[in-house]
Amino acid sequence: MKKLDLVIIGGGPAGMAAAVAAYEKGVRNLLILDREPQLGGILEQCIHNGFGLHRFKEELTGPEYAARFAEKVAEYGIPCLLNTMVLDLETESDGTKIVTAVSPQEGYLKLNARAVILAMGCRERPRGALNIAGTRPAGIYTAGAAQKFVNIKGQMPGKRVVILGSGDIGLIMARRMTLEGAKVEAVCELMPYSGGLTRNIVQCLADFGIPLKLSHTVVQIHGKERVEAVTIAAVGPDRRPIPGTEEKIPCDTLLLSVGLIPENELSRQAGVEMDPVTGGAVVDENRQTSIPGVFACGNVLHVHDLVDYVSEEAEIAGKQAAAYLDGCRMDAEMFPVSGKDGVRYVVPQRIRKGAAPFALYFRVGDVYRDVRIVVECGGKTLVSRIKKKVAPGEMETLPLKAEQVSQIDGLVTVRLEQKGAE
Amino acid sequence: MEKRNLTCIVCPMGCALTVELEEGKVLSVSGNTCPRGEKYAQEECTHPTRVLTSTIRVADGVLPVVPVKTAAPIPKELLFEAMAALRELTVPAPVAIGDVICPDLCGTGIALLATSSVEKKEPDA
Ligand SMILES: Cc1cc2nc3c(=O)[nH]c(=O)nc-3n(C[C@H](O)[C@H](O)[C@H](O)COP(=O)(O)OP(=O)(O)OC[C@H]3O[C@@H](n4cnc5c(N)ncnc54)[C@H](O)[C@@H]3O)c2cc1C
Ligand code: SF4
Repeated sequence: MKKLDLVIIGGGPAGMAAAVAAYEKGVRNLLILDREPQLGGILEQCIHNGFGLHRFKEELTGPEYAARFAEKVAEYGIPCLLNTMVLDLETESDGTKIVTAVSPQEGYLKLNARAVILAMGCRERPRGALNIAGTRPAGIYTAGAAQKFVNIKGQMPGKRVVILGSGDIGLIMARRMTLEGAKVEAVCELMPYSGGLTRNIVQCLADFGIPLKLSHTVVQIHGKERVEAVTIAAVGPDRRPIPGTEEKIPCDTLLLSVGLIPENELSRQAGVEMDPVTGGAVVDENRQTSIPGVFACGNVLHVHDLVDYVSEEAEIAGKQAAAYLDGCRMDAEMFPVSGKDGVRYVVPQRIRKGAAPFALYFRVGDVYRDVRIVVECGGKTLVSRIKKKVAPGEMETLPLKAEQVSQIDGLVTVRLEQKGAE
Repeated sequence: MEKRNLTCIVCPMGCALTVELEEGKVLSVSGNTCPRGEKYAQEECTHPTRVLTSTIRVADGVLPVVPVKTAAPIPKELLFEAMAALRELTVPAPVAIGDVICPDLCGTGIALLATSSVEKKEPDA
């Protein structure tokens, strides 16, 4: 069995940045595995611009952002095994990790690794997760699948489109299909606010006069072989359709952009402790999971909206995996972190005693204006910050300085002191 | 006098702006929290521009299309005209990231650039 120091599962922006950071800390016997024929992950199909504003102070397209990291991977000569699907991850009693994968060139392969970084990204919630009446005609796709058709295969999935869900991928696809000559009839959003970035609502919908129907859902899909129309309806505060508000819209395509879920089958099989709110692993500030030597970063850990933070987080995981390989054991006492009063989740979920300075990443559950974000530990306020606006679609970060981290001696809570919810 | 409602996208605050216009001239901007909002409203109402990203066909490539972008923002009203021009273009593989596909798109003086690379397909043996 091939013996490696570090195996990175997933070659998207998270996997590449983690590999580069580990390499820069001296790790040489490492390998990136990805099931796709190229590195880059989801960015390869995100051909729109808007990536990298924080990191490179430039607006790059997805493939350009990915290329910056792929060039580093190539420059360092970090080995990659592509077209390789990882099937299983196990930990032996002595702590060694066994990674099982298949690929057309290598067949079935087993690798022996001292440390593993999970960077498998996330996938879209499929239609099965939704409850829409009607048969299952052709013409229903996730927005991400449609994005792959159009941007990589050069094929249009349809001409008259309704989009359910106002996540960023749905918004981006509304513009993309309009530019390619399709008519996007409407974007329906169940919630009273959009989960997408404001910039996308303006530049993908408003620019083209595409209506955004908030508090609306699709209640029926019509058509036998192919979608012929959908019926939409307004929903009440209980998110249930309001009788009498139905409207039938003729269309040949329904795109679903109803949320992303971290892709964690492997992590679960491996026995990694999971956070039910993020759908990702429970990690400490080093991005180490409950299994020593197994780290996680990027969308597999929690869904990020900006790739810049994916890279930042992946660098933490890569650096710390290198420290672990150097013999640094991260088994100090841990203090839990939790969100309350409007804070839906916080990453990391644990902080080690004596931790180095780090940043808290978190998301809120509703749109709030003029709030104070408060980080507390045992009755002491470690940091507080006033924000004019926080929204579920935008991840917040809050860095903690050394003197603040040194005060942590128990449960850390992150909460909002609100002056008013919308 | 004409009134337009815009959402400022310069920062995540997303202020709701109201612009008063007369004969294409901005008379006043309100609703902005900071001066950047006013500048944004000015530009949006007088000469809105966008970076266009799309794909064009590739001949003999391992993939059928390559993603492209305009090197700088182009006038917003030219987006559909530019898309029509892109539909007429085909580039031969290989294409490298950063390649100039077209030096002057629709008379804007702005170039169209490849944003990814597509290798040439191996001829079938
Ligand atoms: C449509 C869309 C639009 C976006 N727009 C923006 C934007 O405008 N600006 C911005 O900053 N960010 C944007 N993002 C977010 C950003 O692209 C993501 O946050 C980022 O790509 C996540 O990186 P990742 O490496 O965690 O995951 P991914 O990019 O998904 O990479 C995961 C990789 O793991 C591989 N993999 C998974 N499971 C296995 C397995 N079992 N075996 C082998 N390989 C495996 C996959 O093939 C993939 O290559 C957007 C995301 C999407 C989906
Ligand atoms: S006006 Fe200023 S504060 Fe408001 S969204 Fe624009 S840039 Fe942000």
